[in-house]
Amino acid sequence: MAALLGRSCRKLGFLSSGHGARRSVSTETGKSLNLYSAINQALHIALDSDPRSYVFGEDVGFGGVFRCTTGLAERFGKNRVFNTPLCEQGIVGFGIGLAAMGNRAIVEIQFADYIYPAFDQIVNEAAKFRYRSGNQFNCGGLTIRAPYGAVGHGGHYHSQSPEAFFCHVPGIKVVIPRSPREAKGLLLSCIRDPNPVVFFEPKWLYRQAVEEVPEHDYMIPLSEAEVIREGNDITLVGWGAQLTIMEQACLEAEKEGISCELIDLKTLLPWDKETVEASVKKTGRLLISHEAPITGGFGAEISATILERCFLKLEAPVTRVCGLDTPFPLVFEPFYMPTKNKILDAIKTTVNY
Amino acid sequence: MAIWFARSRNLVSSLRHNLCLSSTILVKRDYSPRPVFTTSQLSSTVFLSPYVASLRHESTAAEKQLDVVQHSDDQEDALQELDFPGGNVGYTSEMKFIPESSSRRIPCYRVLDEDGRIIPDSDYFPVSEKLAVRMYEQMATLQVMDHIFYEAQRQGRISFYLTSLGEEAINIASAAALSPEDVVLPQYREPGVLLWRGFTLEEFANQCFGNKDDYGKGRQMPIHYGSNRHNYFTISSPIATQLPQAAGVGYSLKMEKKNACAVTFIGDGGTSEGDFHAGLNFAAVLEAPVMFICRNNGWAISTHTSEQFRSDGIVVKGQAYGIRSIRVDGNDALAVYSAVRSAREMAVTEQRPVLIEAMTYRVGHHSTSDDSTKYRAADEIQHWKMSRNPVNRFKKWVEDNGWWSEEDESELRSNTRKQLLQAIQAAEKCDKQPLKELFNDVYDVKPKNLEEQELGLKELVERQPQDYPSGFHV
Repeated sequence: MAALLGRSCRKLGFLSSGHGARRSVSTETGKSLNLYSAINQALHIALDSDPRSYVFGEDVGFGGVFRCTTGLAERFGKNRVFNTPLCEQGIVGFGIGLAAMGNRAIVEIQFADYIYPAFDQIVNEAAKFRYRSGNQFNCGGLTIRAPYGAVGHGGHYHSQSPEAFFCHVPGIKVVIPRSPREAKGLLLSCIRDPNPVVFFEPKWLYRQAVEEVPEHDYMIPLSEAEVIREGNDITLVGWGAQLTIMEQACLEAEKEGISCELIDLKTLLPWDKETVEASVKKTGRLLISHEAPITGGFGAEISATILERCFLKLEAPVTRVCGLDTPFPLVFEPFYMPTKNKILDAIKTTVNY
Repeated sequence: MAIWFARSRNLVSSLRHNLCLSSTILVKRDYSPRPVFTTSQLSSTVFLSPYVASLRHESTAAEKQLDVVQHSDDQEDALQELDFPGGNVGYTSEMKFIPESSSRRIPCYRVLDEDGRIIPDSDYFPVSEKLAVRMYEQMATLQVMDHIFYEAQRQGRISFYLTSLGEEAINIASAAALSPEDVVLPQYREPGVLLWRGFTLEEFANQCFGNKDDYGKGRQMPIHYGSNRHNYFTISSPIATQLPQAAGVGYSLKMEKKNACAVTFIGDGGTSEGDFHAGLNFAAVLEAPVMFICRNNGWAISTHTSEQFRSDGIVVKGQAYGIRSIRVDGNDALAVYSAVRSAREMAVTEQRPVLIEAMTYRVGHHSTSDDSTKYRAADEIQHWKMSRNPVNRFKKWVEDNGWWSEEDESELRSNTRKQLLQAIQAAEKCDKQPLKELFNDVYDVKPKNLEEQELGLKELVERQPQDYPSGFHV
């Protein structure tokens, strides 16, 4: 599985072109790194390049439960990299205070499933901090990192994809990387972006995804989607770990003569409507896929927007292949998930509409 | 800096009793016992609780923990310990529950009696004539400002207001004891701190009217002031959210080695929020210089403190977090001034949080959307408004010193009133915010979706102006 993902990730890199993307980064070589190592590298660079940056959260001191923060406390000291008490509202609130004083606060929430106690601080405070003060104050230096998504055995509370809740909040940004190389560049952009950002990391890929990651400091722009596979018959849009599944579906569809265009949204808020619109105007068909439950998921926002903009160009209804409207189940996970075959079925249905 | 000391032995021994330290030995990790404090140690130090007096020279670094060995009355168990993580504890074979409350409530520190006379042998920082007069003037100004803005809301000229009546001493005396570099994170009943720091009556009025000169750009309800120039974070309505933020602010000040602390306010009701727990715990664990000031005014809208908590108020919660705390008479300007000044010094020099519970009474309704006579007795309100009024109490002391006269009083009140009426008139007439301010500052740079929405709205307003209020320049 790791090798397969490794292959697909490298292939993704090779095909990347897209909408003003950084071609140099996508074809650059580097060391083979998995996702948590790439994130770790980004954090090392972030702390090294700005002495007023901090990393904190539960268990980050020893390296974190997913090893994303390995080596940081030893290198930068316990005043800058430290454990916090077990209290998400405190972690984010404290981070807002630090950021409001002009620091970069890179906060870790141990699992996205546990982000909700901090929801008030994120929605009512961080997102509105600049606006409500008339730009006298801001907490743009705040970046919240959280592992999200299915992991095979996570059940209700170690598998959630809560991105939709946050996409509904003007004032914050929501970013989800698909691979190690993307994660490093996107995370550095998030950390340096002058707005509070929620960065969801696909935990499934922490060890499974391996890719060549350039060792230097580089940033991948936010709010720019990337066409990672070109095609003519149907546009597929996704983010994070789901893209790997979607790519497999695209490969199989190709064997049946269907040419698929695959887009990595990367930033969900504010999202790059132009890239998706241009693609759908070309293909006439749209399929969106995400792990989060279908009802009220972010796919609905993409679908509604594209319908408004591309109605006359559409050959078929926009389709969404998503998680079921249930809490994330344990033994039923293979049934719950938007699998490659569910996607392939939807591709064929849409093309044959 | 001269400090008056009472014969503080009585206070000290009552505090010993309250903290159940009748026979406590403070033990360093190397297990060499230290003597219990003596009163002679206190004579040359700023007044501190005895428990912490002997801790004063200990490192506050988190790694070095102080192990406290509690003696039981049975001396045979003494010096036997169990080494659980988190420090050694002595053990006892006597099954004894800690009572739910102390036999005596934590007493309230005060300096002035109800007649504005200094209680003999009080500890307090002296206040010069200049400072005292300024403090009094500001307390009276706050009072007048509250009455006039409240009336303006009643007349329909502003949409909302909430007063700080009854809490003028907390507002002004705390501000007077801080330095301008201390970063204030208010709840919403502390405009006096901003007033003290130099926010003008016009600036207050502009925010209440949300006009083009409002620094908040008309985005929030009245009284949601904020001023980066005055180190006063913009107020937000959610309760207690500022407390963990204050811990982060304090931590930043510590890291930048600033001679400043974070100061944050909360009401009695707000201490029930999870963010209170989060804020205090973070400040303590991360050793941040933060002053938490709780205005215990007895009411959270209609909810009396007896329905808010079952502890002895807020002050006793400090120790649960490892935070030094004091209860002070919030209607005594001199006591508030001294307590805040002391606390500030501790916070900054020892890089630690401090908790102050200021006892007071909310004389006004919760806000202009509330009629508190519906849930509390009118004569209770009258009692606190008249005989327990902090402004009058401080006035008596200032007058008794010969620093204030009735002429000064009527001149101040009438001038302030006139200024306020003018400020309100001007703010009311002032242009509104331009419509573009609806879309700015959501992010640092306007994203595409907002550019589109702004264009769309502009076109709509030009096409159907009758649907929209006038005066918002497109």
